[in-house]
Amino acid sequence: MKSFALNRRRFLTSVGIAASTVPFAGCDALDGFLSGGSPVRDVLATANSLTYRVQRMLIDADKLAPEFSSSEIRQGQRPNGSTDPNDEAYLAHRTDNFASYRLQVQGLVEKPLSYSLAELQNMPSRTQITRHDCVEGWSCIAKWSGLQLSQLLDEAKVKPEARFVVFHCFDSMNAGLAGNVGYYESIDLVDARHPQTILAYGCNDQPLQIANGAPLRVRIERQLGYKMAKYIRSIELVSTLSPFGKGKGGFWEDYGYDWYGGI
Amino acid sequence: MNENLESDSAAGSVILRHRLITRLTHWCWAIALFLLLLSGLQIFNAHPTLYVGAQSGFEFDNDVFSIKAMRDAAGNAEGVTTVFGKSFDTTGVLGVSGPDSAQSYRGFPAWATVPSYQDLATGRVVHFFFAWLFAVVFLLWLFASIINGHLRRDILPTGGELRSVPRSILDHLRLRFHHDGRYNVLQKLSYGGVLLVIFPLIILTGLTMSPGMNAAWPWLLDIFGGRQTARTIHFACMLLLVTFFVVHIAMVVAAGPLNELRSIITGRYRISGHRTDMGAGK
Repeated sequence: MKSFALNRRRFLTSVGIAASTVPFAGCDALDGFLSGGSPVRDVLATANSLTYRVQRMLIDADKLAPEFSSSEIRQGQRPNGSTDPNDEAYLAHRTDNFASYRLQVQGLVEKPLSYSLAELQNMPSRTQITRHDCVEGWSCIAKWSGLQLSQLLDEAKVKPEARFVVFHCFDSMNAGLAGNVGYYESIDLVDARHPQTILAYGCNDQPLQIANGAPLRVRIERQLGYKMAKYIRSIELVSTLSPFGKGKGGFWEDYGYDWYGGI
Repeated sequence: MNENLESDSAAGSVILRHRLITRLTHWCWAIALFLLLLSGLQIFNAHPTLYVGAQSGFEFDNDVFSIKAMRDAAGNAEGVTTVFGKSFDTTGVLGVSGPDSAQSYRGFPAWATVPSYQDLATGRVVHFFFAWLFAVVFLLWLFASIINGHLRRDILPTGGELRSVPRSILDHLRLRFHHDGRYNVLQKLSYGGVLLVIFPLIILTGLTMSPGMNAAWPWLLDIFGGRQTARTIHFACMLLLVTFFVVHIAMVVAAGPLNELRSIITGRYRISGHRTDMGAGK
């Protein structure tokens, strides 16, 4: 058995192999392939459509997200994204404590609806203690109260050609060169009709705080936080997402996030 | 390895060591894990703190690891990494990195992430694509290795081999390697640990972080102790894989890199010594 000896040739080979891994570390070499609109990125992004289809196959439409006990509410609901909108229409509502606020349900429905906050609060409600998962990686457990979105969809009678629910919001976000851009978000009808998908007006036994989306935000418990639009102004049933924003289905989606937030 | 795979050339001194499926899956994993690591660090940078339990403590303490950028008394930025309550100054690499003229305040430095700039959305696109590739290749490998006997013959150690662990460790400390083409018990244990423990663990903890999968398979949350614990285990698996990679490369270099590289590219491996001289092998 030949014992291990570090001769010159072996030494050079070793150094060569070690050195060959170094250029990979300059990861900016890959940046160009990954920017928005590059074909490589488009190919990589197909993985998310695959995830969406597989999860839709795997998860029954009514399968609930885990709910927690009240002892697991150990902190306030951590706000993120826009937390204090100063858009004119919103400030007006905020001043009169949302007394003149009305939620519009429109688009591909037989019967467009318009409800005041008090009317929404008088409808049958659902309360659930769930975990909010931010796309950044953190989680927070809170108790949410509101009415099931399916209830409004049933009342408005969704037309058969409708495929998505779009949430139009009061808040706008600074989007760099484009200036302020209105927040919007969208989900499919499977999640829209899910029992835990509620339009929440209460959090942790209090009226919904401004930072968490007052007067009304949506909870979509089987998806990540950025899907759960706050400061909802109106709800629109549509057959395609292309007319809105950059056509990707939501504010964050227009900046590269996946439309399906179940992962 | 399989006697019947032996080649006729050079009087039996060159054998076919790795099957095509082993070589293909090896290189798919090498590429996928490389990009998973770099895009994973990009994702981690969006919230560079790890916790145990179901949720992240913002008003209570359940963090076990964090990387922060802080100001010291003189007003200079310093990177502080905290592990189980013990803090370390990691300025230059973790927390605060980049040239002095353009310091950036981020968990892992630009050279360790894909893309190099901070872009969570793109990091996720890259991560999930290669996560699919990684998992599909794993299932392919597992299926093939059960069918063709690779798992039983080359990965799972026998009782006798397990008893020879101390001797094998001594051999390795003396840098004595047996080049008979078979895996020794330490190789079996490390490859088995990576393939049969860490790979499934990192896939399952990844799935546990998906709110969709939490609805589909809520038992995942139970076995891993909550979403944030799963995230911490996912990160720990990454550290173990990086450690494995370093040792793996060191052993390839020590054992004769050209021969080792050739065997994982072409399958052909030159054995040294006599087949009866394999010590721990039988």
